[in-house]
Amino acid sequence: MRDLVQLTVNGTSLRVARGSTVAAAVVIAGRCGFRRSVTGDLRAPLCGMGICYECRVTINGVAQCRSCQIVCDDGMEVVTSE
Amino acid sequence: MSRHTYDVVIIGAGIIGAACALECARADLSVAVVEPTVIGGGATAAGMGHIVVMDDSEAQFTLTRYSRQLWIDLAPQFPPEIEYMQCGTMWVAADEDEMQEVRRKHAFYGARGVSTEVVDRNSLRQSEPNLRSGLAGGLLVPEDCVLYAPCAARYLLNQARERRCEFIEGVRVTDLQPEAVKLSSSALISCGAIVNAAGTWASELTPGIEVRKRKGHLVITDRHPGYVHHQLVELGYLKSAHSLTADSVAFNVQPRITGQLLIGSSRQFGAEHSEVDTDILRRMIQRACEYMPGLSKLSAIRTWTGFRAATPDKLPLIGKSPAHERLYLATGHEGLGITTSLATARLLVDQLLNRTPAIPIEPYLPTRSMEVAHA
Amino acid sequence: MSRHRKLEVLVVGGGPAGIAAAVRAAEAGLQVGIVDDNPSVGGQIWRGEASKQSSSLSGEWFQRFSSNKIELFSGTRIFEIDSEHALAAENASGTYEFHYEKLVLATGARERFLPFPGWTLPNVVGVGALQALAKSGVPIKGRKVVIAGTGPLLLAVGAHLKEYGAEICLIAEQAPIGKLIRFGTALFRTPSKISEGIAFRRRLAGVPIVTNSWPVSVQGSCKLESVTMRSGNKKWQVRCDYLACGFHLVPNTELATLLGCKIEDGVVVVDSLQQTNRDSIYCAGEPTGVGGVELSLVEGEIAGFAIAGKIEAAQRLFPLRTKYRNFAERMERAFALNPKLRDAALPETFICRCEDVSLERLREHSSWRSAKLHTRCGMGPCQGRVCGPALQFLLGWAPESVRPPLSPVRVESLAASVED
Repeated sequence: MRDLVQLTVNGTSLRVARGSTVAAAVVIAGRCGFRRSVTGDLRAPLCGMGICYECRVTINGVAQCRSCQIVCDDGMEVVTSE
Repeated sequence: MSRHTYDVVIIGAGIIGAACALECARADLSVAVVEPTVIGGGATAAGMGHIVVMDDSEAQFTLTRYSRQLWIDLAPQFPPEIEYMQCGTMWVAADEDEMQEVRRKHAFYGARGVSTEVVDRNSLRQSEPNLRSGLAGGLLVPEDCVLYAPCAARYLLNQARERRCEFIEGVRVTDLQPEAVKLSSSALISCGAIVNAAGTWASELTPGIEVRKRKGHLVITDRHPGYVHHQLVELGYLKSAHSLTADSVAFNVQPRITGQLLIGSSRQFGAEHSEVDTDILRRMIQRACEYMPGLSKLSAIRTWTGFRAATPDKLPLIGKSPAHERLYLATGHEGLGITTSLATARLLVDQLLNRTPAIPIEPYLPTRSMEVAHA
Repeated sequence: MSRHRKLEVLVVGGGPAGIAAAVRAAEAGLQVGIVDDNPSVGGQIWRGEASKQSSSLSGEWFQRFSSNKIELFSGTRIFEIDSEHALAAENASGTYEFHYEKLVLATGARERFLPFPGWTLPNVVGVGALQALAKSGVPIKGRKVVIAGTGPLLLAVGAHLKEYGAEICLIAEQAPIGKLIRFGTALFRTPSKISEGIAFRRRLAGVPIVTNSWPVSVQGSCKLESVTMRSGNKKWQVRCDYLACGFHLVPNTELATLLGCKIEDGVVVVDSLQQTNRDSIYCAGEPTGVGGVELSLVEGEIAGFAIAGKIEAAQRLFPLRTKYRNFAERMERAFALNPKLRDAALPETFICRCEDVSLERLREHSSWRSAKLHTRCGMGPCQGRVCGPALQFLLGWAPESVRPPLSPVRVESLAASVED
């Protein structure tokens, strides 16, 4: 029995393996992009290690969180801004 | 036909120098601008880029009102990198005493044809929901604007260069001679008039100018679109800007077109180093969070400092210098450099060409008696 | 209120170098703490391995780590200097002021990204990045992956992702075959690397590997759909789900710079005991010169021993360090970047992703300072960490001095005062 965590991405509920990052959850939820650039381009993670800031999403109401460095928690509410 | 290489040499390519260059070029004067580092690299780079009418004195009001209109007239031509936004200023009143001040300002501006609106407690909440509850209201000045100053300076200078303006960069003016300036490259540039627009460096070339450095701090956040709609300034800002001696902070937050917020403001005299003063930064942030508690959780990307060029009577020096036959000053703008740059340029060229200025120039003349205005 | 922590040894960075330094210092009885930005210890190369029971090198070191009393502050980033011997850090719940007697900078490295048309599309990622993302739960099974860029990292990551079930369509190394053969023969001096290389090659059987090759452009509407590759005069298109592309590692020297450590040619200068020119500050791993995991471990051990006063133990590791440094130097020569890579970025290609600044706008300026001020390139949240190395390669612009905060932090963290 796999250890799973339940969270929502843009209102849709999903379950991911415990230890997965929020970035993984956003990808699993089927989002193409995570956010929009200043000129409106769709963006998603580039560096995977918290340096590039392209993976920013809103987590539990807090905006601009680096999703690749944050592990999913039960009940987390993730909102992307694309 | 001028016997000089240039009619005017301008020292410094900050917002003041750039504005003067364009005004000179428009008036068909040949002009050279000398800049040792980068366009808009001094206070122009460090400040908030807030274009605001102020009523600290009649002379300050006249100058800021005149200049703000010049910005509004020019704005339709601006490229996007200038990030011009007519978001208006909301002067925030914390209590009934400050609301009295709001009403006084409303009357002052109204009598002089500047549109403002008294905003009550509830309307303030509605228009700026992220301000803390319990504030008394405010004064909205809808025609005030914000922009990204370094790009504005570059735009003005480039407009000048399309006419008869030469941009000489990477060198410094080292010496003022009777009819020329000497550069750090040893070159000599003959000119009819010299304009010292060097901001906080002005007294290096013209000793005795009563311009002192007044340090400020700013913080810029990540993008939080819609968090703030107007430039928000506490009425206490005026007390902060007014004092000549004390270190002070005041709530002052600006929205950028990207949704980033600029958080200020602070004033210190006697602080010479450009590193962030942790104590002052802490006080500034705490003050800002008193007015806008949610700011504390926003992501701050950068912090920096800058130096304003401050004069004892809080008015800039625009006009002929007593120190040198052909020298004019355009400096000492404190926190109103961006706002009053365009009017400064007009008044300067008015004096160069003996044109009738649109407003009285006496309050800004370098030869005025510098009576220290008291707090 | 900032939490106050006093440590005898503060190690910044929980990768191999940081772990090794912490272990050797803790074994000598010193009170050690590691501060690391990632959710768990291991840095980039050992990401997610701490929880696995492994007999490998990482397993060995994680064993040593857990059997010593080392305080771990995960998800925590140093953002400014509070005073001599005190650094400010932030995590999700607040801030810390760390007081230290000795400091070890083991801040690792990041990938260099070279821009080309379409590089900002979703699913164009770094090489180490795709491995990190896969380890973090991003599904990779059955996905078509093109790996490009340079260095042994391409093969290592390719082999690893294949084990995760990815379909590696192509591995494209920018270095030409000639240089690689010379490097390959020089590997005889580091036999362990040969067997490592052979092992990777075996795991990648059937995967096309080309040299003198790199991506020209990426196509797709809302995400990557295909990539155009070139090799010499040949160009061809590959349909894929991910493009993992990275060109070498760039040392993270920002904290060292802020502390006033001597930096030369982009690396922190250290003496034989890994000490910087600043008293009490040591540096180990990639920031002293990129060289891979074995070199990072050795340097970390030497720093840890040195701090513990075990000079002989440190000196016994010198020959091993020399061996790995020589290997790293050979690697650098073999995989030097082809100048033609500069042609990949077109005038309209964004170089700064934070502020969407194109190459042609940057070219209007003659210095990094002017460009930054007038285009806002480098003023975004990455603080120039992505665009900086690219611009250095493209236009020769050196990075500017570093200012706090070292990374974005909450506004309240800038105002935190320390508890008494």
